[in-house]
Amino acid sequence: MALQSLDIERRSATTTQPPDQRQALKVAKLIDISKCIGCKACQSACMEWNDLRDMVGTSDGTYDNPRDLTENSWTVMKFFEVEPDGKLEWLIRKDGCMHCADPGCLKACPSPGAIVQYSNGIVDFHEENCIGCGYCVTGCPFNVPRISKKDSKAYKCTLCSDRVAVGLEPACIKTCPTGALVFGSKEDMKEHAAERIADLKERGYQNAGLYDPPGVGGTHVMYVLQHADRPELYALPKDPKISPWVSVWKGAAKPLALAALGLAALVGFFHYIKVGPNEVEEDEKEGK
Amino acid sequence: MNKTDLIERYEPSDRINHWLVAITFVLLALSGLALFHPAMFFLTSLFGGGPWTRILHPFIGLVMFVAFAGLALRFWRHNILDKNDEQWLKQWQDVINNREDKLPEAGRYNAGQKLLFWVMVLCLVVLLATGIVIWQPYFAPKFNITAVRIAVLLHALAAFALMLGIIVHIYAAIWVKGSVRAMTRGYVTRAWARKHHAAWYKQTTSGSGPK
Repeated sequence: MALQSLDIERRSATTTQPPDQRQALKVAKLIDISKCIGCKACQSACMEWNDLRDMVGTSDGTYDNPRDLTENSWTVMKFFEVEPDGKLEWLIRKDGCMHCADPGCLKACPSPGAIVQYSNGIVDFHEENCIGCGYCVTGCPFNVPRISKKDSKAYKCTLCSDRVAVGLEPACIKTCPTGALVFGSKEDMKEHAAERIADLKERGYQNAGLYDPPGVGGTHVMYVLQHADRPELYALPKDPKISPWVSVWKGAAKPLALAALGLAALVGFFHYIKVGPNEVEEDEKEGK
Repeated sequence: MNKTDLIERYEPSDRINHWLVAITFVLLALSGLALFHPAMFFLTSLFGGGPWTRILHPFIGLVMFVAFAGLALRFWRHNILDKNDEQWLKQWQDVINNREDKLPEAGRYNAGQKLLFWVMVLCLVVLLATGIVIWQPYFAPKFNITAVRIAVLLHALAAFALMLGIIVHIYAAIWVKGSVRAMTRGYVTRAWARKHHAAWYKQTTSGSGPK
């Protein structure tokens, strides 16, 4: 959003530093799964604030509704019935963009300014610059961006960058009735998480912990998990990082390939200057 | 120049086919580079902006693949490598220093051209296969994400190899005088054929024309 144009830490397909003079406080959303009751108020608030309405879908026999993230549903409650220690637990995870410190979507994006990372940590899509190539989908370690079937642009949670820019908390936070969702500086959120984790451990969740995966530089959406040793129970990747295929493609390959092509043309030119053209000589033309 | 001094190297349909591939290649290289490196993104302007570049690239790619398949079917027989070619490649220093007289006699194509031909065949096959896997919005969503990630890298690598090959191809055409005319007008001089493709010359002129 234009309001934060001075606070851009990274900008897709841009090799120089975007305007980054002001240093904003790093923010984070903390999702305490142990407090979530699965009411989906956050989903409704997200739809309302962002003025999005998803299609009526079909039920697959679970509470997941819609079943997955879509271009209109930027956050979705995912319900997991698991028996991690031999007793049934109902784990409810609010799925959506994790706002990685090292965002794979931004790394993969070929269109300048279609994806930006504000210095407060929020990763935002600017759809007017999106070309619909789907590279962000390829780059994302969390399977979050969705390409719209209507306009072929990519959409995902903005962490309500428009609200945060004017000092408000994201819509989902505002509406959460149990305090499972909290928002503030990343540091404060980590402290709050530590208290919650201590509490959970006291209550028998020995493996309670914070999900702030270092493989993507940490995230600006973090989870308090009852079973932090087994994030797969919540369908979270254990050690998410940008895929090595994407890293090579958008890392070394990019400048090296371009340099090699330029060099090849240059070598050709200087070869011509050195040895000259390969011509048929006059006497060869005469024939033998 | 006397007409009898000329030998037909490419008939009109060969030439049309070749230039169809060439034109689509240029369009694909420009649009592909535009999406590959930020420094080249300005090239999207040539295609009507970013979204149009994304939309057009794969369709032009299909045209190129079909056209190239035509070219490959026309020429593959002349591009089978043999013992002579091995020797030719070993003497690459004679090649790049214009000491052509020291090289084994080349047929319709020399070893360098043959090698390039097969590299291009391989690149085109990889580009088509991987291109379909990453084609938004039609096919990419149907593929597993790991497959898409591998495909996107292979697509870039194959495109890189192809572009490098084409740089060599274009340079060789500029360097070896008389080659461009073969592909624009269809004819080469007898002297050209004798010098660059002696075995082919003997084969095509055996029993006809002046010795």
